[in-house]
This record gives sequence, structure tokens and C-alpha cells, in this order.
Amino acid sequence: MTAAIELRNATKRFRTPAGAIYTALRDLNLVVEPGEFCAVVGPTGCGKSTTLSLISGLETASGGKVLVNGEPVTGIGPGIGFMFQTDAVFPWKSVLANVAAGPLFRGVPKRQALDNARDWLRRVGLSGFADRHPHQLSGGMRKRVALAQSLINEPRILLMDEPFSALDVQTRSIMSDELLALWELSRPTVVFITHDLEEAIALADKVVVMTAGPGTIKATFHVELPRPRKVQEIRFDPKFVELYHRIWESLRDEVQLAYARTTTAA
Amino acid sequence: MSQLAASAVTAPAKAETVLVADPRARARARRQKIIVRVLQLTVFVVFVGGWELLSQLKVLDPFFFGQPSKIAVQMGDWLKNGTEAGSIWTQVGVTMEEALLGFAIGVVAGIVCGIALGRVPMLSKIFGPYIKVMNSIPRIVLGSIFIVWLGLGLSSKVALAIVLVFFAVFFNAYQGTREVDRNLVANARILGASGRQVTTQVVLPSALTWIIASLHVSFGFALIGAIVGEFLGAQKGLGLLIRQAQDTFNPNAVFAAMVIIAVVALVAEGLIALLERVLLSWRPPQLSGTEL
Repeated sequence: MTAAIELRNATKRFRTPAGAIYTALRDLNLVVEPGEFCAVVGPTGCGKSTTLSLISGLETASGGKVLVNGEPVTGIGPGIGFMFQTDAVFPWKSVLANVAAGPLFRGVPKRQALDNARDWLRRVGLSGFADRHPHQLSGGMRKRVALAQSLINEPRILLMDEPFSALDVQTRSIMSDELLALWELSRPTVVFITHDLEEAIALADKVVVMTAGPGTIKATFHVELPRPRKVQEIRFDPKFVELYHRIWESLRDEVQLAYARTTTAA
Repeated sequence: MSQLAASAVTAPAKAETVLVADPRARARARRQKIIVRVLQLTVFVVFVGGWELLSQLKVLDPFFFGQPSKIAVQMGDWLKNGTEAGSIWTQVGVTMEEALLGFAIGVVAGIVCGIALGRVPMLSKIFGPYIKVMNSIPRIVLGSIFIVWLGLGLSSKVALAIVLVFFAVFFNAYQGTREVDRNLVANARILGASGRQVTTQVVLPSALTWIIASLHVSFGFALIGAIVGEFLGAQKGLGLLIRQAQDTFNPNAVFAAMVIIAVVALVAEGLIALLERVLLSWRPPQLSGTEL
């Protein structure tokens, strides 16, 4: 079976405004199988977001290969959804228009796109808010708009860049449950970036630990917890706790290294 | 500039949210509003009354400084008997036509060029220095050239209004385009938007905040263009009235024309504020208020 996503020795270098070259990713190797939920954890500034940019086609790799469904990535593919860390819903569009944006961009007739969008609003529990503008919604509701906006295009690959990090802890676990429920419906391949190890284990089939920048993969852990899961409850499972300790062992050194760098640089 | 406008309107909106919560604070605010109105009126009465009084007492020479009552008489005369160049409404109409045409063309050109240069780095690299040079010229002197090129009619004034409006709108549209949230653009592209769709559905609406901020100033510029153009040479218009008044040493007519222009400008400002409220209705209230 062809991997949904494969990075082979992917490297990404940026030129800083001062003219220096900054290596964000070095020789990164990662394989994500179709339908797999892969969480990526790592310290701040380790190139997690850059990894997503390469997979999505928003950025091109400076070296190595990036394959999606076995094909090299040359631009933004149609089968990809992306949820951003900060709000990326369009503030001047109503909630309904935001969700319908994807199909409309892709040339779906307006009526059909709007009907489909109403369907998705119902699925994320926002039926009564179709005519509101994003600033009138809470942070959690805006995230649900963003989720519906991505999923309406029925992506086979969903890339999520710390999507819930701005939410409070309770809202975050509710959103995680909702994400899992929606994911179960069509089982797209997910790459989910997070700082939060608990969130990573609770959601994913596989947790990947990245090194402090330049980022590369340090270790991969398979999460053998049964689905469907309840994010709130699963963290008390002994297997969860045991796995948490093992992954934290691996992650801790990288976090400390990254932290030491920020303090010495300052 | 728009940041300035935004910060100017944020404060009253914040105050308002506090008022809703507390009836006593609301009453206090109402009282304060009345006091402000009374004081505003007082300033007007003292200024105009003082002016009138001092000219009647010949402390201010009415020959140089005019006199409020004579200004009113002059306006009444224009309304009843018209001006040397025809009815006063024709003069206002001609000036408005020039200003509005120049405004419309300048705004559209400014938005198109601003967004084009903001979106295409190559264009901004090539044209950037030229635009800076042209902007540093005091463009009002172009009025003389336009009269030589285009004659004493409408087109020379419209041309002057266009160059004045264009740069104000251009710089804001350019800046607004450059400041578009990159996440929004990335999101639109992932959702399937083409380059053109990104421009019309992401860049334009998000730069609109900046563009509209520039419209407030640029209508003033359009009026300046039309009036200075008429001043330099015309057969009709408010600028011509001022010119004639200047030539006949009639300060009252200059002031009367000024009052008319001020009224026109205030009406236009009101319309632009209305447009702003309609176009930017999606913004949270503390940013879209137009309290001033």
C-alpha cells in the first residue's frame, strides 16, 4: 500500500532577513499510512509547522523528497485540508459563507455549496449561527467553523497545526472529542501538531517526537488504545499513563535543550 | 493613518460598554454630552459674535477681515440673484461634478494600482521608486500644466483631483494589501482559491479597512483639486467665485464660498461614514464606530 504521506530526508532552509541561512528541518523521515492519525510533538521552534507547510505544498523542500499518495508535492493539492493555529476563518464572511467558501472556490454551484455548508454547520452544532460573523462567536465556535470549513472539501489528508492551543482546557477536550467523532466518519489521514503530550496520545494512533531545531524525527510511539475514545477519561487508563512516561522521557531532553537555547540567546 | 483612526474611535466605544452596565454612569455620560454641546455652541457664538462685534466697532477692519452679517447677506444675494458666472447652484454643481469625477477615477485607479503592486513584488520593485518621486512632488503645481494641456473646462480640474486622490488611496491600498494576514491567504489557497479569487475575496475585503480610511482624506483632496483648478483658470465653479472675490477685494464673498464648500465637504464626509458602516459591518463594534 502506498503511504498517504512520506517525507524522505526532507530538509528546509530559510534565508533570514539578515542574510544568514537557517535550517528548520534536517533529513526528516516520516511515513503516515492512509487513515492514520499521527500526532507530532516537539519543543518550540523545532520545525513542526514547517513540516506541515511542506506536506500541504505551501512551501517547497530545499532538499529530499515529499510525497503525497506516492506523488511528489508540486503545489497545493486538492485533497488536503489545513487547520491553522490562529483563526484563519474570513472575518468579513458570515459563518455559512465561511463554510461554503471551499466548494465555491472550487466551482460548485452556489445553491449546492450552501446546502452542503448548512449540513456541515449542523454536524458541528452551529446550525443557529449561520448568519453570524466570526467576531460574534466564542473561540471554540470559531474553531468549529474552521473544522467544518476544512472538512466540507472532504480532504483525504487533514493537516492540523496546534488547532486547539488557543482554547481553554475544558473547551479543548470537548473539541478533541468532536474532532475524533468527525474523523471516525470518513477516516482521513491526519497529521496533528501539538505541544500537549496528553492531547497527542489521547487523539493519535502514532506519536512522533521531533528534536529541537533543526528538526528531525527522534522517536515514534504507537498508541495501542482502543477506539472510540473519550479524551477526558482515557488519560486515567494505566496504558495511557505508561505511554505518557515513555514518550516524555524522549521529549524531555529536547524541551530542555530548546529552553536552554532561548535563555542563553536572550 | 487608519491605525490613528482606529485608536480614535476605540475609546468611545469602550466607554459605551461600561455605560450599558451601569445606569448611573449612563446618566453621567448624558449630562456630559449636553455640557459638551452647550460649550460647542458657546465657542461658536463667542467666535462669530466677537468677530461681528469687533468689525462693527472697527477694531477689525471689515475691508480686510469681512463681517459675519455681510457674509450672510452675500450668500443671500447669491441665492436670490445668482453670481456673475450664473446661478450659485450651477457653481456648486460644476465644482461637485469635477470633485466627484476626480474622486471616483482616482479611487478606482488607486485601489487597482495599490493592490497590483502589493500583490506582485516585481511590479512594486520596478515602480516603487517612481511612485515615491511623484509623491514627493507638490502635485498642486500640476494644475498649471493640466490647464495648458486640457484647457479651462472640466477635464483639467478632474485631472488635478485625480492625481491628488490617487496617491492617498494608492498608499493605503498598497499597505493594506501588504498587511493581509498570511494565514488567511494560505487558508484560501488550501480551500481551493485561485490567485484571482484570493485577490477579490481575501485581499480586497481585508485591505478595505485601510482603503476606506483613505477615502475620508481623499474626498477633501478631490475638492482641493477642483477648487484650485478653478482658481487657476475656469469659467464656472466655486473656485472661480473665490478668485473673482479676491480680485475685487471682497473678503465676505471668499468666506461665503468657504462656508458653502465646508457644507459640501461635511455632507460628503457623512456619506463616506455611511458607506464605511455598510461595507465594514462585519467588524466588531469597537472598531467600526464612527463617533467623531
